[in-house]
Amino acid sequence: MDALMLSRLQFTATTIFHFLFVPLTLGLSVLVAIMETRYARTGDEIDLKMTRFWGKLFLINFAVGVVTGITLEFQFGTNWSAYSAYVGDIFGSLLAIEATAAFFLESTLIGVWVFGWNRLSRKAHATVMWLVAGASNLSAIWILTANGWMQHPVGFAVRNGRAELTDFAAVVFNPFSLLQIFHVIPAAFLLTAFFIMGISAYHLLKRQNVEFFTRSFRLALVVGAVATVVVTIEGDLHAKHVTKTQPAKLAAMEALWDTTAKAPVYLMAVPDEANERNSVEIGAIPGLLSFLGHGDFDAKVKGLKEFPREERPPVVATFLSFRIMIALGMYFAAMVAIGLFLRNRLLESTWYLKLMLVSIPLPYLAITMGWVLAEIGRQPWIVYGLMRTADGVSPIDGVQVALSLAAFILVYALLGGVGYYLIGKAAVLGPDALVPPSGAARRPGLQRSAA
Amino acid sequence: MILESIWFFLWGLLWAVYFMTDGFDLGIGSLLPFLGKSEADRRVMVNAMGPLWDGNQVWLLSAGGVTFAAFPRLYAVMFSSLYTALMLILFALILRGVAFEFRGKVQSPAWRRLWDACIFVGSAAPALLFGVAFANIFQGIPIDQKGIFQGNLFTLLNPYGIVGGVLFVMLFLVHGALWLAIKSEGALRERAAATAGRLWPIEVGVAVVFLGLGIFTTRLYDNYLAHPLLFAVILLTVAALFGIRVFLAKGALFTAWVSSAVTIVGATFYGVIGLFPNMFPSSLDAAYSLTAHNSASSQLTLTIMLIVVAIFVPIVLAYQAWAYRLFNAPVRTEDLIY
Repeated sequence: MDALMLSRLQFTATTIFHFLFVPLTLGLSVLVAIMETRYARTGDEIDLKMTRFWGKLFLINFAVGVVTGITLEFQFGTNWSAYSAYVGDIFGSLLAIEATAAFFLESTLIGVWVFGWNRLSRKAHATVMWLVAGASNLSAIWILTANGWMQHPVGFAVRNGRAELTDFAAVVFNPFSLLQIFHVIPAAFLLTAFFIMGISAYHLLKRQNVEFFTRSFRLALVVGAVATVVVTIEGDLHAKHVTKTQPAKLAAMEALWDTTAKAPVYLMAVPDEANERNSVEIGAIPGLLSFLGHGDFDAKVKGLKEFPREERPPVVATFLSFRIMIALGMYFAAMVAIGLFLRNRLLESTWYLKLMLVSIPLPYLAITMGWVLAEIGRQPWIVYGLMRTADGVSPIDGVQVALSLAAFILVYALLGGVGYYLIGKAAVLGPDALVPPSGAARRPGLQRSAA
Repeated sequence: MILESIWFFLWGLLWAVYFMTDGFDLGIGSLLPFLGKSEADRRVMVNAMGPLWDGNQVWLLSAGGVTFAAFPRLYAVMFSSLYTALMLILFALILRGVAFEFRGKVQSPAWRRLWDACIFVGSAAPALLFGVAFANIFQGIPIDQKGIFQGNLFTLLNPYGIVGGVLFVMLFLVHGALWLAIKSEGALRERAAATAGRLWPIEVGVAVVFLGLGIFTTRLYDNYLAHPLLFAVILLTVAALFGIRVFLAKGALFTAWVSSAVTIVGATFYGVIGLFPNMFPSSLDAAYSLTAHNSASSQLTLTIMLIVVAIFVPIVLAYQAWAYRLFNAPVRTEDLIY
């Protein structure tokens, strides 16, 4: 069996699955820290309940995120050993720094937070949550820096048959990585905002814990509004940068075959890769692509035919994932704007609450599409312009990859199923289920022992 | 050259610290079905690891990450050669990790039994497999000149590899039983301490067999014979091993646990020192072996990473020590979170 294709499938499956849990960790850690800080300041019971309720959902999600992250660190060595040996000098360092400088803090302090309710003062306990939140996001920044280097390798020289680091600062301040950081992290906060607003909408529709969930909803709404603005502005900068650094990806994103001035954006198209054309093109907006890529409606944009066939990414997947991401992004912006308008009469706006409830999965889809675009759009390269994906795979037997892939699908399906079942169950039960019947109700750590 | 040697020992140290810290988690998890007679006991056992296991596990990620950063070729060859063994370890650790969080979330004995079984398998399997893997590294792995592994999972299950696996299991069981005794009270504490006492002679026996077999199957002793002072490391390890018994008899549980920690670090360094400068010796031809010199990163990367480690590892040790102090008392009812 083909170790390359199987390894690619395994990487796709394990990475997408891992990243279903990461964004909520990034956003919810900060929001729980905000809630707990309010509690530490005011001693307000609702703030405490919010910390505990959203904290409980955070922890279930966190557990699955952490364990599936180990897979990724192992997998570069197990399945992509040629890649690892070639770029380890740079890429490996970023992963090692992530573990040492960020992930350690996050993992050590999460235990302190969960078990430390009665051992630390309110303020110290809230500080621990801030450190967890900061370390989680710092960890993501290092990982995105590593991915940014695969997208746009900088600060290296090819020596001794491999890529060797020559300029560490260039790697850390890689503009591509910085753009990704300012895209992915706000997107994670947007996802978190929709998660909180969706669950709050469920309870508001049922008229349960109205003050609790109105407060949660409004907090999330503010976060969502800020995140939407940042993601959108960054998206524009990102497109301009990709036009310069990864022209083949940009051409595939827009299914642009011929190099053209006044290049259009199609609302929809059906790319036909074999004949190097689009069999259907709907809703062309002339010059828009030139403007988005170069800030000039008349600028020339490189088409796919400029690149040899073997250096083009799969056009359909790149084009569609981009369309879906953008469409969802517009939907999120609209929903947030409506939410700001309705913020003082949420309870009466049942149609809006119902929409927000069913919208919970959509940011997950949007983020996944974003990664599909980033990673498939980079093909055939594992490191853009430097190493092909096909050259990065381990010299291993396909059978063992087939077995591990099957095991991942089985184990992850079970984990994902159980994880989301538990999150859903706790979300539906709401904050009242947290209060244990005994007189020990004041001590938040106890809610879980009652289960 | 100097940098590469420093990194070689740092690499060994990170693995040793991983085995020392997560070792007691793996040990307690492996003892769960045997010492956890009732749900109350099992909850104490799980929550004895509760606040610390996650931070402990990061030493593994750190050891892996440092292997990738400082010795990319070693990382590539080691991880792809040991593919199946590593995947088994990975799945075991995944199940263990979620089991902690999941087990208390549904009120049902069957549910908890399921996740307790995951904790058991997820602890015992990595303990055994890490031992098998490292023993095989000590004696050499059949890799060719391109670093391609000429074997399969069963190649690793040779007598020395298996004894290495059993040795790791014994080290972790004793280590875990001692930590459990520190973290529990009453009958469970007595059972845990008694278990450590009963397992100790087996630990010693397996260690003797492992050290003895090593004379015939490995070249670890070459470095010791060339520099006889190094035998001090083995003597210290043996002294720590006997220290466990002495302190346990005195009822000084924490000191016994520290002795066990020193034993585990010593056992790891026994191999690491013997290997130097090899990191992944080839059993086919010594010329194919991966060494600290032929698999290291560039001098610039080694320097930068050394600065990173010099700054952050002491900080990590400081806050982990704080966390250990915070949770060094026996598990109380309010600590029963998982």
